[in-house]
Amino acid sequence: MSISIEQRRQHRLMTIEKSLAKRHRKENAFRRMGLLAVVTGMTLVAILFISILMRGVPAFWQATFYMDVYFDPEVVQLEPKPERESGESQFAFNERYSQWLTRAGLVNWQTLIDNALEEALGEEVEPRQLRDLRALVTSGERYALRDRFVEDPSLLGQTVELKMLASANVDVWIKGNIDRDLPDARQQLSAQTRTWADQLEEQGVIRNAFSTSLFLNTDSRSSLASAGLAGAFMGSLFMMVVVIGLSVPLGVSSAIYLEEFAPKNRLTDLIEININNLAAVPSIVFGLLGASIFIGYLRLPLSAPLVGGLVLTLMTLPTIIIATRASLRSIPPSIRQAALGIGASRVQTVFHHVLPLALPGILTGSILGVAQALGETAPLLLIGMNAFVANVPGTPLDQSTALPVQIYLWQGNELRNFFEARTSAAIIVLLGLMLSLNALAIWLRKKFETRW
Amino acid sequence: MSNLALIATLLVMMALAYHLGLTRSRAVAAEHDVRMHSRPGYYGVLVALWCGLPALAIFLLWSFLAPQLIDMLVTQQLPADMVAGLSDRELQTLLRRVTALANGQGVAGGGSPEELAAAGHMARLQTIENFSLVALMAVLVVVGLIFARRRISPNWRARNQVERVIMFALAASSAVAIFTTIGIVLSMLGEALRFFSFISPAEFFFGTVWNPRFSTAGSASQGEFGLLPLLWGTMMVSTIALLVAIPVGLMTAIYMAEYAPPWLRNVAKPVIEILAGIPTIVYGFFALIVVGPFLSSAGDLIGINIRTTSALTAGLVMGIMIIPFVSSLSDDIITQVPKSLRDGALGLGATKSETIRQVVLPAALPGIVGAFLLAASRAIGETMIVVLAAGNNPVLHANPFEAVSTITVTIVNQLTGDMDFASPQSLVAFALGLTLFVITLGLNVIALVVVRKYRQQYE
Repeated sequence: MSISIEQRRQHRLMTIEKSLAKRHRKENAFRRMGLLAVVTGMTLVAILFISILMRGVPAFWQATFYMDVYFDPEVVQLEPKPERESGESQFAFNERYSQWLTRAGLVNWQTLIDNALEEALGEEVEPRQLRDLRALVTSGERYALRDRFVEDPSLLGQTVELKMLASANVDVWIKGNIDRDLPDARQQLSAQTRTWADQLEEQGVIRNAFSTSLFLNTDSRSSLASAGLAGAFMGSLFMMVVVIGLSVPLGVSSAIYLEEFAPKNRLTDLIEININNLAAVPSIVFGLLGASIFIGYLRLPLSAPLVGGLVLTLMTLPTIIIATRASLRSIPPSIRQAALGIGASRVQTVFHHVLPLALPGILTGSILGVAQALGETAPLLLIGMNAFVANVPGTPLDQSTALPVQIYLWQGNELRNFFEARTSAAIIVLLGLMLSLNALAIWLRKKFETRW
Repeated sequence: MSNLALIATLLVMMALAYHLGLTRSRAVAAEHDVRMHSRPGYYGVLVALWCGLPALAIFLLWSFLAPQLIDMLVTQQLPADMVAGLSDRELQTLLRRVTALANGQGVAGGGSPEELAAAGHMARLQTIENFSLVALMAVLVVVGLIFARRRISPNWRARNQVERVIMFALAASSAVAIFTTIGIVLSMLGEALRFFSFISPAEFFFGTVWNPRFSTAGSASQGEFGLLPLLWGTMMVSTIALLVAIPVGLMTAIYMAEYAPPWLRNVAKPVIEILAGIPTIVYGFFALIVVGPFLSSAGDLIGINIRTTSALTAGLVMGIMIIPFVSSLSDDIITQVPKSLRDGALGLGATKSETIRQVVLPAALPGIVGAFLLAASRAIGETMIVVLAAGNNPVLHANPFEAVSTITVTIVNQLTGDMDFASPQSLVAFALGLTLFVITLGLNVIALVVVRKYRQQYE
């Protein structure tokens, strides 16, 4: 009898032993799966960032000519810049000045660049090769030359070393972003231009210099190499000003009302559900709202940062309300009770005691909301912010694009070899801005975090 | 006076009124040697409000009504034979020309004598309007200020009144959210109804061909507006996205909540949060430049023809985008499961994974399902990734390696560039938007109800 019990015990122990090994194996497998998921997530982040950085960082440097440009008086046949004479009215002077400007615009500035290139190449270029020669320097530089001269007419007859951007195709060629062995028919540049580019690079005339044009210029269609982000940046800035100015005050006061004062009834319940739903409405729906109400009904101008800002305000409002409410809720009731107990009114309690304590959380939530708005593209496409704009907007009512929309426009450009890198560079700028906003929010949270 | 200067002056006056109220209340207290009902600041604010608010209200009302009034008066004054037979639109154009002339800007072709006369009339009216507005506001400011200042007495309950104004402002701002929803619903419904006057709803909702053609004025051919290919594309891309995001996101959440040592949690959580903060246009570009070509060449290796821009490309990248969304929501929900449940299972000898699979996950299931629904609604409404990487091919087919088109892509395509809301080609965007709104709203409402139920269970 006792043996049988002992045997059964042994048997049971053995089964447990066996199943235990299996269960532990399963445990390990499960844990590894979890780790794998985390590693997958982090790897994806890494791949995304590395691939964007690898493509984008080289675009911050551009092939640039360092050439001596001679402001040849034979080419620049222009009388001295008008000075305002005594007794001359402002109007008459302006008239005279603008006539002078028009004549300055008619000067063939391209010839100066051609001559400088010939000088650098050390050879006489035949007229039929002029086309090939002019493919070297981007077409915007002749206007830059004009502007420089208008600024300082004493350059006449002088030789100055100037930096000039190479054309987009030369940049692609020099950087090796196009297969150098492709047959002539499939190359963007003629054989002659390519030979010259290589020669000039060897001579050190073409160097890879940091591209200030990416930051200082606006978008351009004729001179692709000098297309920059300045206009889009200002557009985004105006929109963010509108978003911060409207959505933060509105969102915070709305959250205060709902969290601290609103009676619990069906109406406030409805508002609450409504806000949670709005937070999950696809952003493009807000774009449709903007197109129909702001553009179609209120007749606000197309492509204006003001309208973009209003649409983004409505979009970020729920985010800010939810973050502010969470922040207010985390303030312990004892604070409120203490204030009420010594005779403060409810408004005083909230504004003098609860709100200051909740401020870090509100700030963090608002920054995150604004960062989200900064990166939003889809609704802006529907209110016409994808128009080509060649000026830096001066007011929120001027036509403009925004940083993410500029990325969208550039990725669609036909000159893929050049704009793939340019777009990645723009993405790096946008991500840099957004990540610094996010980092600021995290830092604020860490610095002011209070545990009650 | 320009509007900006007017508002600035008003603000300065309000600051002055605040100061007057403040000093007056102190003087009254000293004079009668009593305690005032409220602290001096409240009297200051109240006087400032009395001084500023009525003028501000008039200003807003005026800027809304006056231009319409002026337009009406100018139209009446125009010679009858000029106005007769003009459509609304032509009248608008005429008025715009007159307005431009009145503001001293040139118009194309110069102004006709009648237009110049009307412009002169309008300029006079505008001067009168501007003058009377300034005068009215000045009167209101002064009257409000004097009235409020004289009312200051120890028994005047200034604080209560100021607080009532504050409460009103707070309540009004929480109404903005409601108005946004109403605005969305009304604008979409209105434009969608206009669309359905061209195309019958049955044709739209059950049509299997999407071929809107271009909007050419007066052309009889309407094109075909079948929703199904777009809906199908949307579902295909979102399903692929969820197939990527749910396993990875859920396992990440489980690992983070149950296994990860604190240091890993501290590193991995912010990194994955970064993934959530990246703009969708960046994901779209990533899909187009990196993932698409990679999948295409990988397909060549194993002999499948995968297009660079396909449902698979867009779905995969969209999946990456919603991983953090799934993982952080699930993480919150898993950590909310009471410790006692875990301790019970562990005490009975279950291993950790058994506890998770058989106790924690079933307990958290409703919440996790809610998280999945929210993720699905986000995938359906996502725009930029599919615009860039799905290939825009609105045809019904079941091959994920081919290009598709989605509802959101089509909204963007139909509504960019052309802002003429008269053709079915652009109005269809609103019908699509309404469909999208209803679908995501449905998913969100179910998800929120489920999550809320789940929260109550353990509170």
